[in-house]
Amino acid sequence: MRFVDEFRDADKARALAAKIAALCEPGRQYKFMEVCGGHTHTIYKHGLEDYLPEAITLVHGPGCPVCVIPMGRLDDAMHLAARPDVIMTSFGDMMRVPGSNGSFFDAKANGTDIRMVYSPLDSLKIARQNPDRKVVFMAIGFETTAPSTAMTMLRAAAEGLGNFSVFCNHITIIPAIKAILDSPDLRLDGFIGPGHVSTVIGCRPYEFIARNYRKPVVVAGFEPLDILQSIYMLMLQLSQDRSEVENQYSRVVPWNGNPVALKAIGETMELRPYFEWRGLGFISHSALKVREKYAAMDAELLFEVPGVRVADPKACQCGEVLKGVLKPWECKVFGTACTPETPIGTCMVSPEGACAAYYNYGRMHRTRVPEAARAAGSRAGGS
Amino acid sequence: MCLGIPGEVVEMHPDHRDLAKVDVSGVRRLINIGLLADDPPKPGEWVLIHVGFALSKIDEAEAAAAMQFLEGIGQAYEDEIAALRESLIE
Repeated sequence: MRFVDEFRDADKARALAAKIAALCEPGRQYKFMEVCGGHTHTIYKHGLEDYLPEAITLVHGPGCPVCVIPMGRLDDAMHLAARPDVIMTSFGDMMRVPGSNGSFFDAKANGTDIRMVYSPLDSLKIARQNPDRKVVFMAIGFETTAPSTAMTMLRAAAEGLGNFSVFCNHITIIPAIKAILDSPDLRLDGFIGPGHVSTVIGCRPYEFIARNYRKPVVVAGFEPLDILQSIYMLMLQLSQDRSEVENQYSRVVPWNGNPVALKAIGETMELRPYFEWRGLGFISHSALKVREKYAAMDAELLFEVPGVRVADPKACQCGEVLKGVLKPWECKVFGTACTPETPIGTCMVSPEGACAAYYNYGRMHRTRVPEAARAAGSRAGGS
Repeated sequence: MCLGIPGEVVEMHPDHRDLAKVDVSGVRRLINIGLLADDPPKPGEWVLIHVGFALSKIDEAEAAAAMQFLEGIGQAYEDEIAALRESLIE
């Protein structure tokens, strides 16, 4: 119980938990998905599930952009990086993700020019400093990160920089949520909406979930009490037979998002007809590509990209974890063959991946594990 | 990469209106504030920084709460600060 004891607002948390418990209908089970990996992290770190009644299950969603990049895209990036005229630049989070032939870190150790950057603007500076090389930025992330790539492209265009391009893997959260809602595998009662993505897109894009699927959505902050408060708001909606979008994180998230950011994305990028997500498969209109107007900065047009689809390793069950069908500890290789030191799947690589978060915190105090493992065993046997 | 880090705006860049110097846990670096062009932050105000860009303005209490969350994360936060320290934005 080490982490739970360290939680400074434990009394407030218990009071909220009591209010949540009072709203549970006898005999009913509740499943809420937290979409964002940052929320998953808070839940495990503070052992929030231990505060909740047994009737409530939190399901971890696909909101970790590193986790959902399919292996084929990484292999494509590796192919680009191997060109002698290219300098590949990437966020640190992406460096350890295993492709078919190792990670960016492995390639770098073998002499490939791959540089870790904090910001796409750092890639821009590398491009200015290396006019005889072609600098490619490995762009990943949801709508939280896409504006930064967009603004960097606009800056490169304004400067007339000819050797900077983007290998665009930006994805959009709404189609992924819709794919999960349409999946027969999972019955959810509501969503804890992502915090930082919503600072960009606002709360309106979630309205279809409340309207068409009749599920409540509460956009939440990252503090433990934020998450418990959001679960309370979800339970209150259900108890009153409401399904609405509510904003628990209004101190940071404006209802209409960030119009400047949305405009920058719209100027430089457009929706792809479809994109493959690890674990979720191909989802229509779920990712962004560089607009034709900025074709000179589109690495997929400038260079030959193999575009081969690569199946995930057989043992890896990241797909089921990303869809919320399996809990991390229910994966066959969790904590044995797959650990943060030697990850097989993406969910174990990123600090916001559900498996890494659970590995680092959850297993230390969680009391319901044997029960859940038994449930997983019986489910596997029955299907 | 996904983490939003709170920083206090220290000064505006004299030549580039989209750039400002911020202080993040004692590390001072330039960041881009172009996404807040509708309501630019002033020195002394706090912003949530995401991969070198200020994504939203926050108040000091939120900044303190966000910082506490991040410090609790441990390694991922240290990596992010180390990356920010290496940042070359200009």
